[in-house]
Parts: sequence; C-alpha cells; structure tokens
Amino acid sequence: MNFWSDHLIVAPIVLPLMAAAFLLFFDDRRRVLKSTVSLLAATGLLAITVLLLFHLHMDASAGEATTHPYLVGNWPPPFAIVLVLDPLSGFMLALTASLAVPALIFSLARWHRAGPHFHSLFLLLLMGLNGAFLTGDLFNLFVFFEVMLAASYGLVLYGSGQLRVRAGLHYIVVNLAASLLFLIGVSLIYGVTGTLNMAHLAQRIATTQPEDRLMLEAGAAILGIAFLVKAGMWPLSFWLPPAYSAAAAPVAAIFAVMSKVGIYVLLRLSLLFFGDDAGSSADFGRDVLLYGGMATLTFGMIGVLASQALGRLASFSVLVSSGTLLIAIGIGNAGVTTGALFYLASSTLAISAFFLLIELIERGQDATANVLAVTMEAYGEGEEEEEEEAGGVIMPGTLAVLGFGFAACGMLLAGMPPLPGFLAKFAMLSGALNPGGIGEGGEMTPVLWAFAALLILSGLAALIAMTRTGIRTFWTPVEQTVPRVLLIEVVPVALLLGLTLALTVQAGPVMRFLNTTAQGLHSPAGYIEGVMQAPRTEPWGTSKP
Amino acid sequence: MELVLSIGIGVLAGAGVWVLLRPRTYQVIIGLALLSYAVNLFIFSMGRLKMNAAPVLEKGVGVDPALYTDPIPQALVLTAIVIGFATTALFLVVLLAARGLTGTDHVDGREP
Repeated sequence: MNFWSDHLIVAPIVLPLMAAAFLLFFDDRRRVLKSTVSLLAATGLLAITVLLLFHLHMDASAGEATTHPYLVGNWPPPFAIVLVLDPLSGFMLALTASLAVPALIFSLARWHRAGPHFHSLFLLLLMGLNGAFLTGDLFNLFVFFEVMLAASYGLVLYGSGQLRVRAGLHYIVVNLAASLLFLIGVSLIYGVTGTLNMAHLAQRIATTQPEDRLMLEAGAAILGIAFLVKAGMWPLSFWLPPAYSAAAAPVAAIFAVMSKVGIYVLLRLSLLFFGDDAGSSADFGRDVLLYGGMATLTFGMIGVLASQALGRLASFSVLVSSGTLLIAIGIGNAGVTTGALFYLASSTLAISAFFLLIELIERGQDATANVLAVTMEAYGEGEEEEEEEAGGVIMPGTLAVLGFGFAACGMLLAGMPPLPGFLAKFAMLSGALNPGGIGEGGEMTPVLWAFAALLILSGLAALIAMTRTGIRTFWTPVEQTVPRVLLIEVVPVALLLGLTLALTVQAGPVMRFLNTTAQGLHSPAGYIEGVMQAPRTEPWGTSKP
Repeated sequence: MELVLSIGIGVLAGAGVWVLLRPRTYQVIIGLALLSYAVNLFIFSMGRLKMNAAPVLEKGVGVDPALYTDPIPQALVLTAIVIGFATTALFLVVLLAARGLTGTDHVDGREP
C-alpha cells in the first residue's frame, strides 16, 4: 500500500457523504443531475472498493500484513478514532458497492421519482454501511449504525402508503430500542475495560480479572442482542419480514446487505473478543449463536414454505440466510467460516436480485403498481410522464426474461449447481464435516448432523416454495398480464445474477481469498498487532511524500 | 450519590419499558424518551462518579488521573443525546404520518 491507496481507505465513507450533501442543494425536479451524481458516486465507490480488495488480495498472496489501519486524527492507536481495512471489511465493502450500483440503476426507471431525496438517503445509507464495516472502535460502530439506520428509516418509508408507514413504524421502534441496548452494552464494556478500540479491547479482555468478567460478559451479551436484532435472529426477527416486503424494490435490494451488517459485527467481535486467547471467556455466547441460528433457520424455512406473496418469500429468505450464517459462526471453525463468507456473498446477491425481480413480476399483477401510481399522484406526477415512458424499449418476451431470472434466483436460494449457492453450502458442509481437510474425517457430533440436515432441508424448502410460486406466476396465472418492463430494469437484475455466475467461475481464487480472511479472523493476533502498532504519519514537510 | 443515581436510572428504565409496551404511538415515543434518559445517565455513570473534578487536563496541576473525571463517557453521552434526539424527532414525524394514513394512533394501525 502506498500513499494514495492508504488514503483510499477513508474514501468509501467520504465519497457518499460528500455526494449526498451535494445533492441536498438541488431541487428534486433536477433528476438528471441528481441521478448522474449519485450513479457516479456509486460506481466510483465500486471502483474504489474493488481496488482496495485487489490491494488486499495482492498483500495476502505476497504473505504481507493484511490489516491496514487508518488513523483519522493521527493519534497513536488505542486513542481516538481509527478505521481498519482488513480482508473481511474489504470484502463487505465490495459486496455493498456491487449491490448499490444495480439498485441505483433500477431506481432510475421510476422509483427515484416516488418521493423526495431518494439519492441522498441512498448515499447516506451506503456511507453508514461502509463506515460500520471500516470502523475500528465500538462507539464509532454505534455512530455509523445510527447513520445507516437513520437513512434506512427514511428509505423504508420511501414511497409512502399505509402499508409502508405501518411496517416502518414497527421497524423504527424495534431498531431504536436495539440502539439503546447497543449503548448499554458499549458503556458496560467501557466501564470494565476502559477502552473502546476493538483491538485494544481484545487485549484487555484477555487480562480482565475474574471478578470483572461477569460485568464484561453481561455487556457483551447486551451488545450482542443489538446485533442479533439487526441480523434477525429468532425470536428477535418478527419486525423483518413486514418491513422488507413493504419497502420499495431498490430499497429492499440494498436492505439485503443491511441484515448482514449484524452478521459481520457478530463474526468479527465474537472471534476477536472471545477467541482462544480470552481465557475463561473463550467461546462466550457461541452456543447462543448456534442454537439461535438453528431456530432462525427453522423459522425462516417454515416462513418460506408458508409465504403466499413473493415479497414475504424473499424476506423469509433473508432470515434463512441469516440463520445459516449464525449457525456457521456458532460452529466456529475456519473452514466453515470460509464457506459462510462465500454463502454470504452469494445469498445477498441472490436475495437482492430477487427483490428487484419481484417488483417487476408483481407489476403485472398490479398490487405494487397501484401503490406507486397513488404516490406518484401525491407528488404531482401526471399522466404525461407515463405516456413518455411508453415510448421506452419494451422488452419482447418479457415474461421469458423474468422467468429465467426467477429460475436463477430459485437455484441460488435452493443451492443448486452450477450457481454459487451450491458451492457455498458444499464448502460449509465440507468445512464442518472435515475440519482437517478432505479425507481426515472429523468427529460427527449431533450438532453437526443437525446443521447438515437443516442446511439441506432449507434448500429443499426454498426449492419447493420457488417452484410452486414460479408455476403459479408464469405457467398458470389466474389472469395472464404481461408486465411492462423497461430495459433499464432488467439490466440490474442481470448484473446481479451475472455477478453470482462470476462467483462460480472464479470460485477458486475467491475461496482462497476468503480462506485467508477466515484464517485471519480465527487467529486475530495479526489484526490486533496491525492496529495497535499502526505508525503515525509525520506532519507535512518532515516526511518523504 | 450512587444509590440515588442507580434508583433514578432504574425508575426511568422501568417506567420507559412499561410505557414502551403500551399500544398507543404517543406512549411508545414517551417510553423511548424515558429509556434514552436512563441509558444516557447509565453511560455517564460508567465513567465513575466523581465530585468537583474537571474532565480536561489543566496546566500545572499534573496529570494524576485521580484528580480528573473520565471525559470519554461525557463525550459518548453527548453523541448519544444528539443521535437520540434526532431519531426521536424522526419518529415523531412517522407517528404523525401513521396517524394521518391509518386514522388511529394504535401501533398496529388499527383498533384491536
């Protein structure tokens, strides 16, 4: 990493913030300007994150340190704010950016006209997400969480309508309450250890006196609840399906990664704080994640089978994905974590594409379209706009294209080859069953049996539900209506699905990268050292450029 | 002082949770406000309670930490207050929108 790439670390936070603030100066009627700026910011973000990921990949394959701290105030590490780029955060940043660009392109067709300040809210959500992935201390994690949540409150209500406001109300109350728990947890941990820096905390926790451990663990448990609410662990997940299925399609597409923020933090902090070095607190809370994940997966599976509406089916798929990842964190070996990270990428991309696709399919069944028409009326969008749109490219064989996308989503969610859902599940199972590598044959505990059974059953449930819905929607609809779909709305879905295909084709290098990521997470000494011994920059004029 | 503060936090949190679980949106927002007071006091108390001590180092007094109070929880509380205030204001808007759209102030948007 050189001078420029060092400063690129802060760019994923600064770029969307600046773009969002800039857009506030303009009236919502200047749509071309607004969409150009936000699309430029999002593609810029994608380029930056890919560049960062490339740097990390180079570092990892050259055997160099992969933890890159960025001292925002140039104070020595345990003090002040520090951002940390490491393989996991780089991976999450790239995933977020690659969801953001298609979602934004999709919104340009019609959604960004349905209300005020769509682009600013969207960019601020990206800023919050990126900040949460990059931050190296707990309190900034809270701040970025709140930025993300505040933007998401605006976005979940985006487009208005009774359904959204009702679901949004519950969503906001639950998340505000969770934020309060977050604060209690953070302050308890601070009260015991006297630090908020994650790497420093990991060191302090290892040397905490036994009589203080109770307070510390209580703090960590309360903090964990806040993240589990976000990740949607049963029984903290009842807010999720209504909120996600009520949200506008491009919003729901980016929300697919928002529940993964909770997973990201749990993965990072549980391994950092309660890894093997944590003394008597080692593996604290792991069973909760394991059995909670199983409950979530079961609940999600039943929900998927029981869903009538497509939106709810997708929302319960979010829960299935969360549950699978929670179990994988709970099992806690590096092989499973590698597979879990791969699963995280493939399932997030699939669910995101599915949310976009649902809106296109349901447009034919005019449920969402009605709501949209009402809101457009409310914002003074007249008929003439509609007429103009009719001149756009209308896809021939629309239903065939949508059906193809639907089938691809179904295969991804069910985990069928050749799409990466299969590879991810295979990698997780292989990691769980052969911790020492193929042929070594680990011990089969009942927990692992349960994991394997649930993983396969959840795939079956997704397959049944998707097949049933697909047949009902495409082959035997009650009234055949061909939705009017613009090219610009199909392209994002194709982009997301193409990305999953790229994950399959490039599975080898991606898996290797994720394997080093997982190894780094399971032995966090490199991370702790990298952060704690971050060199301060000399003031300008005294250093070589 | 510790006893008074902890009773205060406990009463605020207890009242907050109770009101938060009530069915009217206005009660929910009051509950959230009470809870956030409790949480703010709690964060503040995590820096240990100390009378007549400054959180900022003074010139010439030395850097004995026993002479000062911990500034970090105070900074955290300030941030938490600002964020809590903003989200409460936002929630108020949603509450009004929900009242307008559903015609009731029940949290489920319809009378049971």
